[in-house]
Amino acid sequence: MSDAAIMVELDRVTKRFGSFEALKSVSLKVKLGERVIVCGPSGSGKSTLIRCINRLEPHDSGRILVEGIELTAEARKLSAVRREVGMVFQQFNLFPHMTVLKNLTLAPMRVRGTSRAEAEALAMQLLKRVRIPEQAHKYPAQLSGGQQQRVAIARALCMKPRILLFDEPTSALDPEMISEVLDVMVELAREGMTMICVTHEMGFARQVADTMVFMDHGEIVEAAPAERFFANPASERAKAFLSQILSH
Amino acid sequence: MNKRVSAVLALLAALAVLGGCSGSSYTWGWYIVSPFDARGSNNIQFLLSGVGFTITVALSAITISVVAGLLVALPGMSRIRLLRGASRIYVELFRSVPMLVMVLWVYYGVPVLLDVRLNVFAAGVIALALCDSAFEAEIFRAGIQSIDHGQHEAADALGLGYVDKMRYVILPQAIRRVLPPLGNQFVYMLKASSLLSVIGLTELTRRANELVVTEYRPLEIYTFLVVEYLVLILIASWLVRRLERRMAASDRLRVAKA
Repeated sequence: MSDAAIMVELDRVTKRFGSFEALKSVSLKVKLGERVIVCGPSGSGKSTLIRCINRLEPHDSGRILVEGIELTAEARKLSAVRREVGMVFQQFNLFPHMTVLKNLTLAPMRVRGTSRAEAEALAMQLLKRVRIPEQAHKYPAQLSGGQQQRVAIARALCMKPRILLFDEPTSALDPEMISEVLDVMVELAREGMTMICVTHEMGFARQVADTMVFMDHGEIVEAAPAERFFANPASERAKAFLSQILSH
Repeated sequence: MNKRVSAVLALLAALAVLGGCSGSSYTWGWYIVSPFDARGSNNIQFLLSGVGFTITVALSAITISVVAGLLVALPGMSRIRLLRGASRIYVELFRSVPMLVMVLWVYYGVPVLLDVRLNVFAAGVIALALCDSAFEAEIFRAGIQSIDHGQHEAADALGLGYVDKMRYVILPQAIRRVLPPLGNQFVYMLKASSLLSVIGLTELTRRANELVVTEYRPLEIYTFLVVEYLVLILIASWLVRRLERRMAASDRLRVAKA
């Protein structure tokens, strides 16, 4: 896949929150179909990194290109990028006043101008894919956490994104519900979706990652092919992190 | 509703007792507003004829002020400083003007300034709506700000524009939350409509004033007026509560199996 198209490119990106430097000159390239897993201790800038890719956090300096479009404050380019980049949040962020089906059809109908019939057909197809078509007419609060997160994944997929961002998608879930969400994500990865995923699930990471990115203190300490990263991390910090996280 | 009815009856009884027990030498003349007296029932009809204006003024004013309040609240949360400032100034300005002063100012001032003709109804509605819109704006701001930031982020990430995000995601949730204070403002508008009696709108209070001038029975007539407002507002708050309960019921349905 070395000659595949570059989907996301970060070039010396920095981001501050007041005096705190969340990202210190971070550079990263993600290719079409690549599965990138971002890991690292909390507060290391992982979430900030992926939240910059659809500009939920505007970066302070450096350049971010998504499919060749540079992210600036310009609204037209931003919405063009957001149409192609799906995101799944730690807290699901489903719309509580809408049924599952409405959650899924809102954006395709309003943003892409899809007809209701078409949007609903796609939504049902995706709900089948995340294995909860029977929940289509329920409200989010009537579902379990794992089901809600699967709805959130389906909602992101409804926009037919070219890239999917996952921000700790299983961190808010009860342990017994983690695997049902990870299963769906593994399937997506197998189908060739370009994914950037922040997670602490190292078993999942081993299974799907092409590239492991290890961050600490706002920097990418190590970005390596997954096999090499798990077998023999180059940096001491990554070694220490892995030994801590894998020891139990 | 039963509790409410008995509360009204208790209050009426209290008023009657108050009248009967008063040590003063006042001789009550309830015949003036008695439905069993020819003149009294005429008077009652006259007094009640103001209720149409009281209700339409309150409904018109609250409708306008809700829309205006929303249009003031939204720029108040903008990232653009100028918009935030303009919203702030509007709220501070109209919150500070006493309603009665606003009524007089709009009725006597606006026709001169803008060279338009304003009848008392239009002037009154505009004045009440202007004053109330400042409060509506603050209510909406509180409601919108109470919505979890994740809702904004999810809408943004899906590519929804600002208008769609507000219309489909944020406002439907915010409005549900501000329904109780909105109902409160409506009740307040019903009462504030009495101020329009000073510019001659023939609503409930004006009718009472007019009758007092011809009948010289202010105590009975104003007591009747008190009861008119009481009944009107009890009905209004009962309707508001029913609406709230219906909303709450549909929310409960949503979390029933959570």
